[in-house]
Amino acid sequence: MLNSKIPAGNLDDKWVDYKGHCKLVNPANKRKMEVIVVGTGLAGASAAASLGELGYKVKAFCFQDSPRRAHSIAAQGGINAAKNYQNDGDSVFRLFYDTIKGGDYRAREANVHRLAEVSVNIIDQCVAQGVPFAREYGGLLSNRSFGGTQVQRTFYAAGQTGQQLLIGAYQALERQVALGNVTMYSRHEMLDVVKIDGKAKGIIARNLITGELEKHFGYAVLLCTGGYGNVFYLSTNAMGSNVTAAWKAHKKGAYFANPCFTQIHPTCIPVSGDHQSKLTLMSESLRNDGRIWVPKKHGDDRKPNDIPEEERDYYLERRYPAFGNLVPRDVASRAAKERCDAGYGVGTSKQAVYLDYAAAIERYGKTEVSKKGLSNVSHEDIIALGKEVVKEKYGNLFDMYAKITGENPYEVPMRIYPAVHYTMGGLWVDYELQTNVPGLYALGEANFSDHGANRLGASALMQGLADGYFVIPYTLGNNLADEIYNPPIPTTHPAFEAAEKAVADRIQKLKNINGTQSVESFHKRLGKIIWNECGMSRSEAGLKKAIADVQALKKEFWSDVRIPGEINEYNPELDKANRVADFIELGELMCVDALNRNESCGGHFREEYQTPDGEALRDDENYMYVAAWEATGEHQWQLHKEELKYDVIKPSQRNYK
Amino acid sequence: MAHNNLNLKLKVWRQKNATTPGAFKTYEVNDISDEMSFLEMLDVLNEKLIVTGDEPIAFDHDCREGICGMCSLYIDGKPHGPWQANTTCQLHMRAFKDGDTITIEPWRANAFPIVKDLTVDRGAFDRIIQAGGYVSVNTGNAVDGNSLPIEKDNADAAFAAAMCIGCGACVAACKNSSAMLFLSAKVSHLALLPQGEPERKSRVLNMVAQMDKEGFGSCTNTGACEAACPKEISIANIARLNKEYLRAGLTAE
Repeated sequence: MLNSKIPAGNLDDKWVDYKGHCKLVNPANKRKMEVIVVGTGLAGASAAASLGELGYKVKAFCFQDSPRRAHSIAAQGGINAAKNYQNDGDSVFRLFYDTIKGGDYRAREANVHRLAEVSVNIIDQCVAQGVPFAREYGGLLSNRSFGGTQVQRTFYAAGQTGQQLLIGAYQALERQVALGNVTMYSRHEMLDVVKIDGKAKGIIARNLITGELEKHFGYAVLLCTGGYGNVFYLSTNAMGSNVTAAWKAHKKGAYFANPCFTQIHPTCIPVSGDHQSKLTLMSESLRNDGRIWVPKKHGDDRKPNDIPEEERDYYLERRYPAFGNLVPRDVASRAAKERCDAGYGVGTSKQAVYLDYAAAIERYGKTEVSKKGLSNVSHEDIIALGKEVVKEKYGNLFDMYAKITGENPYEVPMRIYPAVHYTMGGLWVDYELQTNVPGLYALGEANFSDHGANRLGASALMQGLADGYFVIPYTLGNNLADEIYNPPIPTTHPAFEAAEKAVADRIQKLKNINGTQSVESFHKRLGKIIWNECGMSRSEAGLKKAIADVQALKKEFWSDVRIPGEINEYNPELDKANRVADFIELGELMCVDALNRNESCGGHFREEYQTPDGEALRDDENYMYVAAWEATGEHQWQLHKEELKYDVIKPSQRNYK
Repeated sequence: MAHNNLNLKLKVWRQKNATTPGAFKTYEVNDISDEMSFLEMLDVLNEKLIVTGDEPIAFDHDCREGICGMCSLYIDGKPHGPWQANTTCQLHMRAFKDGDTITIEPWRANAFPIVKDLTVDRGAFDRIIQAGGYVSVNTGNAVDGNSLPIEKDNADAAFAAAMCIGCGACVAACKNSSAMLFLSAKVSHLALLPQGEPERKSRVLNMVAQMDKEGFGSCTNTGACEAACPKEISIANIARLNKEYLRAGLTAE
């Protein structure tokens, strides 16, 4: 049975009570305890820094050349917090409620409430670190609104919020490195979890420069390794983002929860051709001011600026008058797909819709005119003033669009299309962020816990930092308090030797295949299968076919992949092969999970389960559970269910109309 | 927009590891869409090399959206290539003409030893940050974020400096391999904010000392760093750094 260890008591009091009663490790003992943190994004860097500050001996690992490069850095839009600085009715409860509703009632109430509670501390902590958030002229912090909410609670630093937050956490981490509390292992990849007596006690890591395998002991292993969006090959993730650490944990007994809950982000730059290696997100914050439309006429080939106002279909405003362009991501993505599939798409591929700033530019221009007390201003001057305002708010995003497409978004509407962006699923964890394997924890995007079937914008940064700064320092201590009686285990222990040998054997096996096809080519094929059958919409027949296809691909990979170079050297192709082999296995599990879930909810849309007007049709009676999968053998998984209980919020059909 | 395909010659620096001498090797790539990014063009070449039994070219890259700072490459004599305010991963093949020969080198600086081919070790930057590029505030110590108003102009200037992605283009562009732009961006970011005030003096002194220890060269104000910076970090930050350094030195106990 899965025990989520949710504390008893009122929802409002659970976390306070937990903190008041959890066990503690005294400072002298902390200094003797090594803790392993894998990944240095927002969750990993904040956890490693905070645990180092507490006195633990932390070993932190990342595959990049520096912890500052982790993909959290690319988050653009912002970070939510229930500060209510805008006096617009925000509160901890409302942030909690929005997140549960946005997640389509598939997240755990207690975890989400805790997230909303600590959200306010995150902003304070980041400001104290010198994170340069956007400010108003009065010197106070600025906020903006985001999809799925009706208040302004998002803090931001232009379109580079993730960068600024990560640099803050990275600097805190480097401070601990300087103090000797954290040892940093860059260009290292975790390739296995070492379990002794059923508990996680260390990892096997590969030094990516020398190819050497290393054994590292730790009283606990924290996986902060992000999501698995790159299973689709094309996603907004960084090229190196991978599921390997989480997958190794899964193979060592950790349950993988809700793998089919993936988020397709509505505002990305469309694919331009087969050479495409990744997709670029245009922050959701653009939906604040931009209006999304397609031509009303089927197959309209005119240039966007030649299509008159009355011949444009602002389909989100039409379908969802209450939220308009600010509906949650899953809703906006599906609506774009629906229009393109129906033949109203734009651009050369016809797989795109317009995101138009003309109205916002004019509106801002007029505001500037009145702010500055100008009179007799020409239309051109209004537009010029408006462009200045838009430039200040979204300049870097507009520049990025222009670089990639060669078009000027200040003059011509941007073309956008949904792309894979985030994965709500991940390792199953309890209230303490511990997986079902004692001593093994998962933080941030790597776990499944807070976003249900769909994540709201500006909530990923919030969760990563909540887990790392404010949750794990308490919950880890509660569990390590009992470990102080156990001496550290030398890495000559047979379990370490066996794990190291298994990793070495697998690498040798990969290398020995010496086939004819590149790793990349397999990854692209996997991505196409998953995107087509387990992407924005899924069906029973499609998923069954995808499972067979992925199984066949796995066989082909293990008999025909070609990895150049040597094992004992810097060999990025070998690193990639290790990762793609794991993605293939995960791809199968995603389809298995999607097939099991006979309902539509959040990012999981099963064609068989929809309302007459095409909205997702949930089945709370049969599927109000977390699907936690246990790996039991080749192509085999056992389903464990964690029933979700809603004590405070009454689930209803999500309605953004 | 109409699109073109390009045939190109690439002169690429190949080097097995830090200790083996390297050399240029010439490759041809054909039918390159001008919609590709520069790194996608290298992907195409690498795929070709892999299936023909050759070793692919190693280069650092990750986010491919101009923010992680992992990509580098000295392209036709310019860090990150011909476009202004741009990273290599966002350079697109529109920048080149059919028939061009493109020379691709790694960052060259003593403080950035070569790992393999076009990949270098920029660990020196992390060590400079370790020397003081932070505010010493433990988790949980913070007061309310709005308890201390910060003048918008200062906050904006701090942000402009904090935009540095730590890619090292400034070092690669400098004839002295100086890291002054990188360092000054961090010193400025924190010196412009009240949160950075308590450690203002020790920060600048320690970070400069670490920079010197890493073997970066001196700044002779040529401005090459600013011109190459993908995030347009201003050289005015170096002036601020010098002021901070002088101030700290003169008022030290």
